[in-house]
Amino acid sequence: MVGARRHAFATLRDLMARATPRRSGDELAGLAATSAEQRAAAQQCLADVPLALFLDDLLIPYEDDAVTRLIVDSHVPAAFAPVAGLTVGGFRDWLLAYDTDSTQLAALAPGLTAEMVAAVSKIMSNQDLILVAKKCRVVTAFRNTLGLPGRLAVRLQPNHPTDDPHGIAASIVDGLLYGCGDAVIGINPATDSPASLDALLRLIDGVIRRYEIPTQGCVLAHLTAQLEAIQRGAPLDLLFQSIAGTEKANASFGITLELLAEGHAAATALGRGTVGRNVMYFETGQGSALSAGAHHGVDQQTLEVRAYAVARRFSPLLVNSVVGFIGPEYLFDGKQILRAGLEDHCCGKLMGLPMGVDVCYTTPAEADQDDMDALLTLLGVAGCNSIMGVPGADDIMLGYQSTSFHDSHYLRQVLGLRPAPEFEAWLEKMGIATGGTRLLPVGAKHPLLIHGDA
Amino acid sequence: MATPDQPDAGAGAENPVPPAAPLLATVPPGRDSWQGLRALTDARIALGRAGGSLRTESLLEFRLAHAGARDAVHTPFDLAGLEASLHAAGLETERLASRVTDKQTYLLRPDLGRKLAPASIDRLEAARGLWGQRDLAILISDGLAADAAHHHAAETVTELARILREAGWTLYPLFLVPYARVKLQDAVGGLLGARHSVILLGERPGLSAHDSLGAYLTFQPGETRTDADRNCVSNIRAGGLPPSAAAQKLAELLIASRRLGLSGTALREEGGPTKIAPPSPGPDLRGVSGADRQ
Repeated sequence: MVGARRHAFATLRDLMARATPRRSGDELAGLAATSAEQRAAAQQCLADVPLALFLDDLLIPYEDDAVTRLIVDSHVPAAFAPVAGLTVGGFRDWLLAYDTDSTQLAALAPGLTAEMVAAVSKIMSNQDLILVAKKCRVVTAFRNTLGLPGRLAVRLQPNHPTDDPHGIAASIVDGLLYGCGDAVIGINPATDSPASLDALLRLIDGVIRRYEIPTQGCVLAHLTAQLEAIQRGAPLDLLFQSIAGTEKANASFGITLELLAEGHAAATALGRGTVGRNVMYFETGQGSALSAGAHHGVDQQTLEVRAYAVARRFSPLLVNSVVGFIGPEYLFDGKQILRAGLEDHCCGKLMGLPMGVDVCYTTPAEADQDDMDALLTLLGVAGCNSIMGVPGADDIMLGYQSTSFHDSHYLRQVLGLRPAPEFEAWLEKMGIATGGTRLLPVGAKHPLLIHGDA
Repeated sequence: MATPDQPDAGAGAENPVPPAAPLLATVPPGRDSWQGLRALTDARIALGRAGGSLRTESLLEFRLAHAGARDAVHTPFDLAGLEASLHAAGLETERLASRVTDKQTYLLRPDLGRKLAPASIDRLEAARGLWGQRDLAILISDGLAADAAHHHAAETVTELARILREAGWTLYPLFLVPYARVKLQDAVGGLLGARHSVILLGERPGLSAHDSLGAYLTFQPGETRTDADRNCVSNIRAGGLPPSAAAQKLAELLIASRRLGLSGTALREEGGPTKIAPPSPGPDLRGVSGADRQ
């Protein structure tokens, strides 16, 4: 009994869905709590569920789904031991304890399954999500080091509606002169032609080499297209792929775990990293499995964390939740986008991932740039590894609103966050920024402008 | 090497022109010295800054653009006005309804926007015999931007009907359907037994274009059809693909589709007359399903 009524939940899967803070995607799927009280009651029930139950009561059966098999087969009981006797509610308290620190959380990660992490996040408040994420530290490296304390990296996203190399180069120069690009210089291609893919890879590689920038490049084409580019000898730093939390949803993206493993091996073999060997870049987002008709009756937040189980198998340099991109039928307004952004960041970190967030929304969503300011600020406080840098926050190719280069400087100033150390040194050397947080005046004779034909 | 004492802006005017940075005669106050790069892209680059933040001008420009897009999403569909334009062009129309009756539900429940209201099913079943089997069913909806339908649908459809009739095609009355998703054409086309269907509807407004119309065509529409079975002509608007050119492109695609007996990915690969952009904005997750979002 909770409140005035008795609430019954048929399965653990049902309980998880009904305990999820309200969002339109679960309502669209018909999985959400039917009243506020039912949701609160479900959270109380969920808090009493033993964490270990998630090892036996699989939300998506082992024989039905390759992601479930990955989760079960890669679980490390010894790592799980410190929390093996706890309930979901007890686990929340354990995470919040003063004594629980980044070392313990890093050691625990292989012992946590996606479903355990999703469960605890459902009963956590927004401040819990921030505090627990802040305790986690996930450091990765390729040509620079990302995720160190007090650091915030920015993906420079110089998209163009027709992949015009001059237009893209102009946005790259703009972003670099605004001190952005340490996470990656990453282009979403508008077309899927091999020639265009190779040209964009060469464009980024040319800029990075000419100016000796300690960063990495990526063109966010389909994984198979990037593998073909590698075989043609195109200069590929990071291998990108969108991933989701079920086998069927991944199939709708045209990938399998085997294909990801093949890609990981091929990109690693190139040996293009200088200070580290994390070669993968993954993007995710709540609602993608439902959108592909592949959700198995599981709520969208739990499926998102299952995507992180896929990601961590391949030791990525970057994982990015494109939180508000999917549209209002999955995350309706600023409140839902903000909650989902904090969940994704915290859950990704607990899973041991170098979590970044594309703080974003589309025009039909009940959200605006002020909502993004709020999420951006909270993610900065929570120690988010990376955010997006889009010229003026307006992506003219993908047609959505994200965060701008200027937004990153707001966050650097209010929280004292600096770029990746190698990149910070380059910004100093180039006279672009000083002290990691302050932009310098740049005249028309700046080398990036004089040789801006890269 | 730049040094910290170089000025923020204005220094560009008297310096040599760099290869990829054609300089404006003067750099406006507060703007960045690489203003000239703006000629290369519509992206919001070289905005200048106040400290590290957006200058007032850029901040307010963005707000104005977003406000326009927000208003576009919520603009009501002027069915009577559109009917008047179509009737003036000598075209017959028929009103239908999806299972959505308000904008908020339209945004939240794409599944309901893909289904016909029971009364509309009854209407089509009753009229089917009268109309007989025809080649093409055209639907027009407000989608995510009613102004796209208001501004461009009549011109596009009038021209499309003219070309196809000259080619011997028979058309059903034009179906005007508020709050429709792309897949609603399968319900209508399937019920009628139309050989082809086309839906024109307002695309998700971006910051720069608020009245862009999209058109999706399907060969042998029916419930089992998916986005992979469709071809798309997007960005139909004055500053994008003008309605007359869009009509021409759609007609070519439809005629090729009839000749080959297929539509969608296979039509693109097997020599549709025009290379057209895929409906989704990119191969990554962000695209989830371009057609589905409409």
